[in-house]
Amino acid sequence: MTQKSGDMMQGTLDMLVLKTLILGPAHGHSIAYAIEASSGDVLQVEHGSLYPSLHRLEDQGLVVSFWGTSENNRKAKYYRITPAGRKKLADERSRWEQLVQAITRVLGPA
Amino acid sequence: MSWKKFFRRRRRDEDFSQELEAHLLHEIDRNVGLGLPSNEARAAALRKFGNITSTKEKVHEMNTISIIETSLQDLRHGGRLLWQNKTFAAVAILSLALGMGANTAIFQLLDAVRLRALPVMKPQELAEVQIVAKGGRTGSFISRRPTLTYPLLEQIRARQQSFSDLIAWGATRFNLNPSGEVRRAQGLWVSGSFFRVLGVPAIHGRVFTAEDDVRGCSNVGAIISHGFWQREFGGEPSAIGRKILLDGRPFEVTGITPPGFFGVEVGQAFDVALPLCARSLIVDGPDILNLRDTWWLAVIGRLKPGKSLDSATADLQSISPDIFRETLPARYQPDDAKSYLNFTLRSADATSGVSTLRRDYETPLWILMATTGFVLLIACANIANLMLARASARQREISIRLAIGASRRRVIRQLFAESFLLAAIGGACAIVMAGACSRLLVSFLSTDQNGLFLTLSMDWRTMAFVAGLIVATCLVFGLVPAFRATLVSPGSAMKASGRGLTSSRERLGFRRGLAVSQVALSLVLLIGALLFARSFRNLLVLDLGFRQEGVLIANVDMRRLSASKAQLASVYNQLDERLPQAAQVESAAQVYIVPISGSGWNNNVFVADDAGKREKGLSNFNEISQHYFKTMGISMIAGRDFDSGDTLSSSKKAIVDEPFVQKFMNGVNPIGRRFEIEASPGEALPQYEIVGVVQNSKYGSLRDEFSPTIYLPASQNDDPHTATSYVLRSSAPVAALTASVKRLIAEIHPEIAISFQVLDTSVRNSLVRERLMATLTGFFGLVAAMLSTIGLYGMLSYTVTQRRNEIGIRMALGANRKDVVWMILREAGLVVSMGLVIGTGATLLTMRTADSLLYGLTSRDPTTLVVAISSLTVIAFLAGYIPARRAATLEPTNVLREE
Repeated sequence: MTQKSGDMMQGTLDMLVLKTLILGPAHGHSIAYAIEASSGDVLQVEHGSLYPSLHRLEDQGLVVSFWGTSENNRKAKYYRITPAGRKKLADERSRWEQLVQAITRVLGPA
Repeated sequence: MSWKKFFRRRRRDEDFSQELEAHLLHEIDRNVGLGLPSNEARAAALRKFGNITSTKEKVHEMNTISIIETSLQDLRHGGRLLWQNKTFAAVAILSLALGMGANTAIFQLLDAVRLRALPVMKPQELAEVQIVAKGGRTGSFISRRPTLTYPLLEQIRARQQSFSDLIAWGATRFNLNPSGEVRRAQGLWVSGSFFRVLGVPAIHGRVFTAEDDVRGCSNVGAIISHGFWQREFGGEPSAIGRKILLDGRPFEVTGITPPGFFGVEVGQAFDVALPLCARSLIVDGPDILNLRDTWWLAVIGRLKPGKSLDSATADLQSISPDIFRETLPARYQPDDAKSYLNFTLRSADATSGVSTLRRDYETPLWILMATTGFVLLIACANIANLMLARASARQREISIRLAIGASRRRVIRQLFAESFLLAAIGGACAIVMAGACSRLLVSFLSTDQNGLFLTLSMDWRTMAFVAGLIVATCLVFGLVPAFRATLVSPGSAMKASGRGLTSSRERLGFRRGLAVSQVALSLVLLIGALLFARSFRNLLVLDLGFRQEGVLIANVDMRRLSASKAQLASVYNQLDERLPQAAQVESAAQVYIVPISGSGWNNNVFVADDAGKREKGLSNFNEISQHYFKTMGISMIAGRDFDSGDTLSSSKKAIVDEPFVQKFMNGVNPIGRRFEIEASPGEALPQYEIVGVVQNSKYGSLRDEFSPTIYLPASQNDDPHTATSYVLRSSAPVAALTASVKRLIAEIHPEIAISFQVLDTSVRNSLVRERLMATLTGFFGLVAAMLSTIGLYGMLSYTVTQRRNEIGIRMALGANRKDVVWMILREAGLVVSMGLVIGTGATLLTMRTADSLLYGLTSRDPTTLVVAISSLTVIAFLAGYIPARRAATLEPTNVLREE
């Protein structure tokens, strides 16, 4: 199943972005590929949709940004998760798990 | 929503562009690494990213406050459009600036006269103690606001419970010069706590305390105002301790009040204040503090916390009977005493001070406010017309915008932004204009004798008023045109020239409505203007009973002479004898009450009829010397003038005027008859014999009816006044005349203080209010009529343009030119007659407010109504004839070919 982020729920993308940043600061381009890679290439992120999400998270104080130099020696804007972001991620994760369990129960055994 | 982000939105957009660029470069690097050629690597990166513009927009929206951003865009767009149509913008802004400027100027005056609180400590706690005197008070009345006597003040102070403090003051005028011509300063007698209770400190020296104001005070100082300090001492702090001469007596300056403090009477500014007790130092005679029938004080109290005006009034009412019983003047006759004992006291709000100006000018100012408001409305209607015309010219553009997806709301907002810009620029100009205009109005109302002092500042109230005007006007002229413009269906843009055969009824209906209201409003204004102009004229051509041209008044003041009665009489004798002989003087005479000066003197007289029954009645009095009637041009009807035979030792004589003969003698020749003048109980009533009858003449003011007047000879007064006046008839220039009179009086006694007035000027100055109303309403009435004519003309021209096809077809089908002219004139006639009917109704309903200001006619004067209606009809006909002619000269073939 491949899914475009346009169809993905907004909160879901935010959650994935926060999860990616748990591992350390990253810039937009590497976040996009990290999400793709860790989903086993199931989730394809449209790069354009990533940025409104990042800026929203920054406005909410869940991430902070800074300009840095990337692995291929280019200027890039990095994002780092804040303590508030970590807490938000934990909340979102438990909500997500409840949702998944609920849906699984409704669907029942195949 | 964050303002910090809003103001940094450009920088943040810039930052995001760099971030995006970095992202794309990383993706290109990756694609090149995967082996794609560089041009394809970029294309693939862009594909992978998605819609860059929409992403940028999304991020931008997070950073901005869109309502503000789009409003700024609309304003910029509106500004550009106005810049492209400079003529339209200039006309609209100019008419708005004039309309709003006039409104604001009047509002500033109203604000200063009526609304603004006194610039003192906690003005909202101040309340004036007033007297409710049914049946009227008798005695002497001194100062501009003679409310109470000093004995009453003492009683109120001792008994009242509602006020934490009471202050009292009386206005006066001091003469600063030691001798010769008088130089005036506005004076105040104030109670000791006056400045402390008002919270007014001294900027130099000290203000009065209660110890300065005690009975029998002898060593008192003077407090001077900031303005007087600047004028007389050049603002030098060394003024403290210097002496100033007030009515010939030196006083040491002990304190200077801060700038902005003018006293408590709006419209007047004080120069010098002395304690109440100091009056007996300057004015001879019995001490005014003991006089129970000399009214000269006004009293303001500071309400105790928790006390309201009502509770203070109740308190004052409950103590009134005791107060008036304790202070009953001994010389009152029984009936005067009875009404005195029934007087009560009450309290009235004094937050904005007290003012006699308010009584005279509040109604005129509200009328002028309504007038200028109407003019502004008429101007707005014209601008609305112009906006409509511009909108229909832009109809194609607007329908294209709507067709390609602009929301109707956004287009309305854009059109409205243009209106708002016009109104806001107009308002800004109005603020500048209003300052100059209100100052001009004040100078218009000030006369030499009666200076007017008003602080006119741009306070928050005026600013709020202008802001309100801006919003109101742009709603009035901008809203409907903006809505109308967007009513087009997007499809109509696609038709090459979407022109119907006839104009839509609805669109013309609005324009017609505008024209109708313009005609109605200008009728109201025109009638108002005519009423005030005719009333002013009635007063100007009034027969005063005397010839006011060529008469100079010389007021002489002998108080500095400290002369005995006999010495005074001899000075008057010399003046009476020598003034008529002064160079270029045709005749001269003494008069105690100068006509139309506002002063008066009346008393009850008893006249015995043939049957010996005594009749009592009120009459005016005056005291004159011989030749007064000749000098003033008042003709003798019967009997003789006073002459040198009427002296202290001869029997008392009097001359009466026609109304006196009508009232007391049933019109029968009164020569030789006698009357008595009312006196205090126990005193003998003095008896007078009538020796002459003169024509009637105006006494106190122009508006007064002719009323009975008794003239007594000054030469028979055994207690000569310390100040009186002389009237001098001469055709010589005033400057030369005053110089020679001054010289002559100085020869008689150098310490006589003199001041001059020209009778004609002071009579005309008593009409400043009438002149103001006539001039301003006349001006605005003309402006209104002009604006309405333009509006009507515009509406009809538009009709003709819209109905070109219809007219062409009618003519092709055989209608002749006369029919076409009539068709358009009928349209004009319909609009005008509707406007006139509504306007007449509105006039009859509203104009009654003006009745109290009119003289010799009422607001329902039929002639005025007819003149106003017919002149508007003529103007409207002319405005309609030009477009009608244009319609009639259309060539049907040309019109139809255009289609």
